[in-house]
Amino acid sequence: MAYLGFREIVDVPTWNALFWIIVLFSAFNAAARSFASENTGRRLYLFTLARPEAVVLGKMIYNALLLMVMVFSSFAFYALTLGTSPLQDADVLGVVTALALGGLGLGLILTLVAALASHTDNNLGLMAILGLPVILPYLLILIRFSKNALDGIAWSVNGVYALQLGAVAVLSLALSYILFPYLWRE
Amino acid sequence: MARNWWKILSALLVLTTVIIGLNAPLAPGITSVGPDRVAYGVNSVTVQGYNTHFSEAEDDLQVWLSNGSAVICPYELVILDDLRLRMTFSIPEKVEEAFFDLYVNNGTDGTMMLESALMQKDLTVVLSLPEKDKSESSCLRPMETEEAAWFTFPNQSILNETIRNLFFHVPSWFSMMLLMTMSLAYSILYLRNSNFKYDLFAGNAAGVGLVFATIGLLTGSVWARFTWGAWWVSDPRLNGAALGVLVYLAYFVLKSSVNDSEKAARLGAVYNIFAYVMMMLFIMVLPRMTDSLHPGVGGNPAFSQYDLDDNMRMIFYPAVIGWMGIALWIMQLRNRMSAIDYKRTLREYA
Repeated sequence: MAYLGFREIVDVPTWNALFWIIVLFSAFNAAARSFASENTGRRLYLFTLARPEAVVLGKMIYNALLLMVMVFSSFAFYALTLGTSPLQDADVLGVVTALALGGLGLGLILTLVAALASHTDNNLGLMAILGLPVILPYLLILIRFSKNALDGIAWSVNGVYALQLGAVAVLSLALSYILFPYLWRE
Repeated sequence: MARNWWKILSALLVLTTVIIGLNAPLAPGITSVGPDRVAYGVNSVTVQGYNTHFSEAEDDLQVWLSNGSAVICPYELVILDDLRLRMTFSIPEKVEEAFFDLYVNNGTDGTMMLESALMQKDLTVVLSLPEKDKSESSCLRPMETEEAAWFTFPNQSILNETIRNLFFHVPSWFSMMLLMTMSLAYSILYLRNSNFKYDLFAGNAAGVGLVFATIGLLTGSVWARFTWGAWWVSDPRLNGAALGVLVYLAYFVLKSSVNDSEKAARLGAVYNIFAYVMMMLFIMVLPRMTDSLHPGVGGNPAFSQYDLDDNMRMIFYPAVIGWMGIALWIMQLRNRMSAIDYKRTLREYA
């Protein structure tokens, strides 16, 4: 879609922001599927089989890995179609960290939101309403971090953002671990 | 009566802070100078004061310009009225700095200063001039200025009269934080013992908190228009506040979109806790690490550090306590209403 619209983007901030917006939309869909695709019978079966903490941890790890794979593959495809000129003086380690943290954070935060939304009738719509305000600040920091990495800004300056992103991801993991059992019992 | 003292207290506090906060005058100050460019030779400018009493203090009025180590005194000073002065002075060809600070001093108003009041035009700026004999050029007579006798608020350039907004903008955000924290506590209580009452209370606290957040956004917007020149600027703190409001709107959407009320309560409580922690993280912690225009963020000093004087404090702290009390009072009333409603519905179904 982006390729059809622009052919090539030379401007680094636009290139970067558009990429993360595409990732955001696919992340919402991917995370929503992780709970919506299972029916009541399977949920009941899982409930008898495993502790809710184990279930949510599994789901989170699965989502994080899935989104990381998605982020990396879509980054490759994106760079292929929309031009690699913004990558010329990028800090490779920084870009890889940004992509990894992006997949990890989106996966971890959106898992609990997806779990909440799956209990309602309007799954995808509510997922966007609930998820967007929670994920948007994370995304803003992520966009700044990855733009800095693309511009080749030194790790000593840019590392603060990576630390913030990591801290938020870990915190959301802990919160989901504590809160999920309350959603699960039914 | 004994249990309601805090309601009376907060109502009185809010009333007095509103009356004094809106009525007490601003301290005298200098708002502008026109024209604000000076060139080599004789210049004549008009000084515009605010709440000043120039004509009352004709005998002990002193005006001088300061530029680097040089002090320039006017050789002619005409008092037009209480608020306006006309001064004529001469500027040397070489100056140390491009900007001139203006000082006005009289017995009634004390010393007033306008930083960078005048800017040089076509002058040579030299970093350090040979030291001149100060006593020769100085017009400064030693004089004691008594503190202004009446109760005034500091006259800050740019802020001017809007400094009063401090008594409304900041307490409303404090009250919102308090209510959202109460809402969080109620949500945790609900998850612990599944008492439906706590879910109602959590919803009420968040609802009243949203009202105060709206007040905070509106007063902040007015303030931003005056000081920064726009109703809304893209700033980490402001965006965080807007997202905080969105989070709680989402909370209400979630609660209303589930038909089973027990399930709605549980989902709402979980989202409330998750969203509260995320919001606090994004509003309170992260903007401090990045650049922001907002006071108290990103290296900007908060008010209390340098320009909140004792008179401001005397109104500001009671205002905070008073507004928080009012917020809690509204929440308590709404809690009682919903408790009655809940009991009535139970009775109807029984």
